[in-house]
Amino acid sequence: MAQMNMKEAIRDAMRVELTRDPNVLIFGEDVGNVGGVFRVTEGLQKEFGEERIFDTPLAESAIGGLAFGLGVQGFRPIAEIQFVGFIFEALDQIVIQAARLRWRSGGRYNAPVVFRTPFGGGVKAAELHTDSLEGLIAQSPGIKVVIPSNPYDAKGLLIASIRDNDPVFFMEHLNLYHAFRAEVPEGEYTVELGKANVVREGTDVSIITYGLMVHTATKAADQLEKDGIKAEIIDLRTVSPIDIDTIVASIKKTNRAIVVQEAQKSSGVAAEVIAQINEKALLHLEAPVLRVAGPDTIFPFAQIEDSWIPTPARVIAAVKKVMEF
Amino acid sequence: MTRVPYEVYTEDVEALSVLSPDGEVINKEMMPDLTDDQLKEIMYRMVFTRTWDDRAVNLGRQGRLGFYAPVSGQEATMIGSEFALQKEDFVCPGYRDIPQLVWHGLPLYQAFLYSRGHQHGGQIPEGVNVLMPQIIIGAQILHATGIAMGFKLKKQANVAITYTGDGGSSEGDFYEGLNYAGAFKLPVIFFVQNNGYAITTPFAKQTAAKSIAHKAVAAGIPGIKIDGMDVFAVISAVQQAAERARKGEGATLIEAVTYRFRPHSLSDDASKYRSKEEEGQWNEKDPIARLAKYLEKKGLWTEEDTLRVREEAKATVNEQIKKAEQTEKMTIPGLIDSMFEVTPKHLEEQKADFE
Repeated sequence: MAQMNMKEAIRDAMRVELTRDPNVLIFGEDVGNVGGVFRVTEGLQKEFGEERIFDTPLAESAIGGLAFGLGVQGFRPIAEIQFVGFIFEALDQIVIQAARLRWRSGGRYNAPVVFRTPFGGGVKAAELHTDSLEGLIAQSPGIKVVIPSNPYDAKGLLIASIRDNDPVFFMEHLNLYHAFRAEVPEGEYTVELGKANVVREGTDVSIITYGLMVHTATKAADQLEKDGIKAEIIDLRTVSPIDIDTIVASIKKTNRAIVVQEAQKSSGVAAEVIAQINEKALLHLEAPVLRVAGPDTIFPFAQIEDSWIPTPARVIAAVKKVMEF
Repeated sequence: MTRVPYEVYTEDVEALSVLSPDGEVINKEMMPDLTDDQLKEIMYRMVFTRTWDDRAVNLGRQGRLGFYAPVSGQEATMIGSEFALQKEDFVCPGYRDIPQLVWHGLPLYQAFLYSRGHQHGGQIPEGVNVLMPQIIIGAQILHATGIAMGFKLKKQANVAITYTGDGGSSEGDFYEGLNYAGAFKLPVIFFVQNNGYAITTPFAKQTAAKSIAHKAVAAGIPGIKIDGMDVFAVISAVQQAAERARKGEGATLIEAVTYRFRPHSLSDDASKYRSKEEEGQWNEKDPIARLAKYLEKKGLWTEEDTLRVREEAKATVNEQIKKAEQTEKMTIPGLIDSMFEVTPKHLEEQKADFE
C-alpha cells in the first residue's frame, strides 16, 4: 500500500479510471500540460494524451455544456471547475441541465459526469476561491454531492463517482490536498456514495460533520475525552444524499448531537441533517441539536478567515452546551 | 499623435437567396442538387407542418396542448435545415424547434406530450439523434458543442446542429459555444433563426451588430447570412456547412432571416409590437408559396396536392393528439424513480408517501 496525500489519491483515482475505461475524459481550465493550478491532474495528459486530457478556453458554462454533450455521446467526462466560486457561471449546466437530464428524458439520456472543484478556507486564497457552496448544489434534485475528508475516501469516492451513471459534484477541500499522508490501496476500489463513516466511536455525543471539519471535530474530541466526554464522529462523505441511518443509529447510542460545517449556518447541509434527525430520532434526543458553522456572512477576506472558520474550541463549547442542557 | 484606428464592422451582410419570391432560381451556383422526389418531399413537409401548426394553435386554445410556440413562416428554416442532414446527425433544439425533431424521427404524439408536460415527450426513441426542446435560451448551443466533440473523438463523420433565435445570440452561452467550437474545430452548425423579435424586443434593440453572422468573426469560424424564407438557400447553406464539418473543417454560423407569422406564444399579442404593414410584407415572402410557384412551373405540384397534404396532416394530427391524450398519466412514484439510475433510500421513502 502506498502513502498518499489527498491530491495524489485523487489523481490516482483518475489514473485508475482512465486506464480502465477509454470513455473517461478530463478537461477544464489549465488541467492539461501543467495539471491544473493545484497540479491534481499533473502528468495525466502526458500519460493518456491530449484527446483525453485537455485544456479548455476560459468559460465555465461551456465546460459544463461540453460535459453534458459528451455524456450524451457515451463518454464519462470529469470536468474541473478551477475554483468553487466560478461554478455560478456554470450553474445552469450543472444543476439545470446535467442534473435534470435523466428526469427530463424519462431515462433516455443520462449525464455520467463528475464536476470536480476545489473549495474551502484557511489557505489565504483570493475572494471566491474558498466558499462552501455544497448546500446550494445539495438542494438541487438529481445530483449527488461528495466531499472527502481523507486520501483513502477521496480515491474510493472519486472512482465511485466516475462510475456513477448520474452527475456527481465532487468537492475537494484546499486545506486537505497536502494536509497529511495516509495509506491508500493501489488499483481499484470504491467507497459507496451516500454512505457515511463513523470515524471515531463514542457514547456521549454525536458530532456529525464532513470534509476538513472532520479533523477539527477530531481535535475537539481528543480534548473532550480528557474531560471525560466520549464523542462519536460521523463523516458524512456524501452530503447529498445524507446517510440518515448511520446518524440515527449513533444518536440512539449517544442521545445528543451537534453538526459541524465550515459553510454559513443557515439553510445548508447542517440544517438538513437536523431536519432529518427531527423526523427520525427526535425522541432519542436529550438536548436540541446545535450547529457549529460559519456565520451568515460572505466568506471573509483572508486576514480573518481563521476566526470565521469553526475551531475545535467552538466545537467543544457546543458539545458542552448539549451535555449540560 | 496618430489617430487610433478604431473601427466597428458596420457593413451589413447580404442575405443570400436562391429562389426569388416569384419562384425563379436567381442564384444557380447555390441551388442544391435535389431530385424531383426530394423537391416534392420538401414541399410535402412544409405544407404538412403549416397545417399541423394551425391545428396546434387551435388545440392550444382548446386546452388540449400546453405550452406551444407557433412556427408558421419558419418552415423553410426548420424543414430545410433538417432535410440537409443525415439521420445520424444530432439535433439540439430550442423550444420552438419541434418540426426539426419530428422530421428527424420524434413521433408527433410525443411532441404533443412534451407540450402537455408529460415526461414521455422527452423519451426520444433509440436511434433518433435529438435532444428534448430546450427552455433555457442558449443552453443547447453548448450541448451541441459537446455532442460535436463526441463525434470528433469517435472519429464519426457526423455533425451536431443547434438552433436559437436572434435573442439567443445575445446569451453568454452563444459566445462560449461559438468560441469552443472554433478553438476545438468541432463539427457543429449554429443555426440562428432571426425572425426579427425576441418575444417583443426588435432586432435593432437586441444588438448593435448589423448582423448575427458577424458574430462568427470573433470566434474564428465562418458566418453566413441567408434568406430564411427560401428553403433552397437554407438547404444549400446547411449542406455545405455539414460537408465542411464532416471533412474536419469545423463549425459554421448560419443566420437565416425569417419571420414568424404568429406571435411568440399563444399568450402573446403580436399586434402590440408588429404592424399590419410589416406582417403583409413578410406574407409576400411566404416560403411555402414561393416553393409552390417553383414546383408548379416544373409541373411537380398543384393546388390539389396542397389540399391533399392538408387533409392528410389534419388526419394525422387528430390521430396523434388522441394518442397523446390516451397515454397513461405520469405518476409521482414514476417521477421519483426517474431521478437517478438507482433510486436512493430517501427518495424511496418519499415515494411511499404517494403510493
